Amino acid sequence: MEDRKLILDIQDLSIQYRVEGGTVHAVENLNLALGYGENLGFVGETGAGKTTTALGIMRLVPDPPGRITSGRILFEGADLLRKTEDEMRSIRGGKIAMIFQDPMTSLNPVMTVDKQIAEMVLLHNDVTERQALDRAVEMLELVGIRSERARDYPHQFSGGMKQRVVIAIALACNPILLIADEPTTALDVTIQAQVLELMRELRRKINTSLVMITHDLGIVAEMCDKVAIMYAGRVVEYATTEALYNRPVHPYTEGLFNSIPDIDRDEEELKVIQGLMPDPTNLPSGCPFHPRCPYAVESCSREAPGMVEIEPGHLVACPVRTEHRLNSVGWKGGAGR
Amino acid sequence: MTGNTIVEVKNLKKYFHTKKGMLHAVDDVSFTIDKGETLGLVGESGCGKSTLGRVMIRLLEATSGEVRFYGDDILKYSSGRMKDMRKRVQIVFQDPYSSLNPRLSVSDLISEPLLVNRVCGSTAERTGRVLELMDTVGLARRLVNSYPHELDGGRRQRIGIARSLALSPEFIVLDEPVSALDVCIQAQVLNLLNSLQKQFGYTYVFISHNLSVVKHVSDRIAVMYLGKIVEMSDYQSLFKEPLHPYTQALLSAIPIPKVGEKRDRLILEGDVPSPIEPPDGCRFAGRCFYRQEICTRKTPELHEIEPGRFVACHFARNLSRRSS
Ligand SMILES: Nc1ncnc2c1ncn2[C@@H]1O[C@H](COP(=O)(O)OP(=O)(O)OP(=O)(O)O)[C@@H](O)[C@H]1O
Ligand SMILES: Nc1ncnc2c1ncn2[C@@H]1O[C@H](COP(=O)(O)OP(=O)(O)OP(=O)(O)O)[C@@H](O)[C@H]1O
Ligand code: SF4
Ligand SMILES: [Mg+2]
Ligand SMILES: [Mg+2]
Repeated sequence: MEDRKLILDIQDLSIQYRVEGGTVHAVENLNLALGYGENLGFVGETGAGKTTTALGIMRLVPDPPGRITSGRILFEGADLLRKTEDEMRSIRGGKIAMIFQDPMTSLNPVMTVDKQIAEMVLLHNDVTERQALDRAVEMLELVGIRSERARDYPHQFSGGMKQRVVIAIALACNPILLIADEPTTALDVTIQAQVLELMRELRRKINTSLVMITHDLGIVAEMCDKVAIMYAGRVVEYATTEALYNRPVHPYTEGLFNSIPDIDRDEEELKVIQGLMPDPTNLPSGCPFHPRCPYAVESCSREAPGMVEIEPGHLVACPVRTEHRLNSVGWKGGAGR
Repeated sequence: MTGNTIVEVKNLKKYFHTKKGMLHAVDDVSFTIDKGETLGLVGESGCGKSTLGRVMIRLLEATSGEVRFYGDDILKYSSGRMKDMRKRVQIVFQDPYSSLNPRLSVSDLISEPLLVNRVCGSTAERTGRVLELMDTVGLARRLVNSYPHELDGGRRQRIGIARSLALSPEFIVLDEPVSALDVCIQAQVLNLLNSLQKQFGYTYVFISHNLSVVKHVSDRIAVMYLGKIVEMSDYQSLFKEPLHPYTQALLSAIPIPKVGEKRDRLILEGDVPSPIEPPDGCRFAGRCFYRQEICTRKTPELHEIEPGRFVACHFARNLSRRSS
């Protein structure tokens, strides 16, 4: 990676879950780097290991059945995997905040929402309870929830409103790294636009870096500088948003773009990637995507592809497509196929 | 109401008692759905889409109004008659994480509706039906003894769909069925729902906040704002020429998965007002960029301003002229 200072540098991270039928290799030798103030989109099929990676960074992988089996997670240069639980507690919700995929896991059903936000503020800041509660109301208003509903309980809110409370909790302490796991899936687009604007503002104000886990390639296009595409626990393509959207190379990435309904067109059937995610306890040999891949050749089932840099900053784990591409743009000088 | 109408909703209201007063979750909503069609339902978080979906199939009791199924008001049905009705109307829930009982295996979950309604007498018959349903929704048979927490969101949502199909319903409310899924599985589930509809003639209400998805699946689309339908028409007209100011803002806020394409945004100001004891006038008035004096005084009714195009805005006709 470049020499510029990184806020987050994940090296060779592997995370496994032990389940009845064997071991789930949820994250396999994952490498990812994120600069200060940078926004990374983290995209991939359900079960790819995105949430597990995020939980790894937060040191919240449930153990058992989960375990981080190798790697380092450097946050501001220090390995999070070597921190004590006490140190992690003061980092979580403070310098690093996470917005969880399922809002109910992070909300307390028997506490009013303003108290829940205030609790987080009190934990990380030297303020009075009154100030913390004021901050809570301020945060709620920021995410579009009126102050008169601050004393409500989570169950009195709709799904989207609960998610906004979770976002308010995450942003309350001005984190410098925000991990957002599908933060806007339950929101309609006008509120989503406001929430995304809120995140952009945080970045402008305190240079917060963002890891945005999402299925929405539209949000990535709007919010992120870089994109990592994940498949079966591995990153298969990593590039700037511009390069990835204009020149997707990995067959899986291509399949992703084909399967979204195009709002400017009418189409009867969506082009789906054939087949299902592989059984995570029994991943295919070689390239894990090969059974579903329209470009697969015989060697794909034998050799696990490594990441190849096809242009500066654009990495792809597919020898078939990268060789084809390197040939076609003449980088190797060899005869094209 | 045409001869082909399966569901007719008339002046439907659902109010909740809260400490602060009456919350108007669904406030005087009327529309019809034809057999075999998909009505898309979009709108702001908290505007009442799920509540409307639930009241329509009596998972929640309505405050007032009618829901006619083949002309018969099911809100008046006795609980015994409603029990039979339950086989014909189904729902797939928004949240595949909390809507499935974690202590039941995939097989238990899918056979539950069969057991409760006493279809498929023998165990062997039931097991056969469960496997058949798993095939229909694309769940690998090896997962038959798994538990929901061991599965990712896509597979959990397929369980939800399999459960709703178990009793061969006619009318299905799909409440954000693909919102928690990534685009590949989403495409598969959308194609699945589409082919099931073709095969079995299902009628859908499809609730979603994803407008690209709603456009893809719907024949007609109703846009809700704070308990009311503000616009309803066929999907093409709605996208080509949105008439209500809220619809216009909504469409302009869609994130487009293309880089370097700048769109004109209508970023709304202000809050969604409280649904508790809402004042007279247009509920969108506080955020509306066309607002006039009359808007805060008089509630605009949903009018058919062109055949098949319904809008609730005092200036709908002007807006349509302005934009054409
Ligand atoms: N607590 C757990 N026990 C066993 N397996 C698990 C557990 N949590 C996750 N897994 C498995 O690990 C793999 C990665 O799951 P993860 O939740 O990280 O995926 P994801 O990319 O976030 O998917 P989604 O888009 O559905 O949220 C999946 O195969 C999943 O079934
Ligand atoms: N049991 C309840 N008691 C009180 N208020 C409720 C209850 N259920 C829903 N509400 C309120 O009714 C309104 C409509 O909620 P509903 O869940 O139908 O919205 P929605 O359009 O489905 O939103 P989302 O897109 O976030 O799922 C909200 O203001 C919500 O807070
Ligand atoms: S009635 Fe008035 S406030 Fe409501 S949408 Fe129309 S112009 Fe805007
Ligand atoms: Mg996840
Ligand atoms: Mg809902």
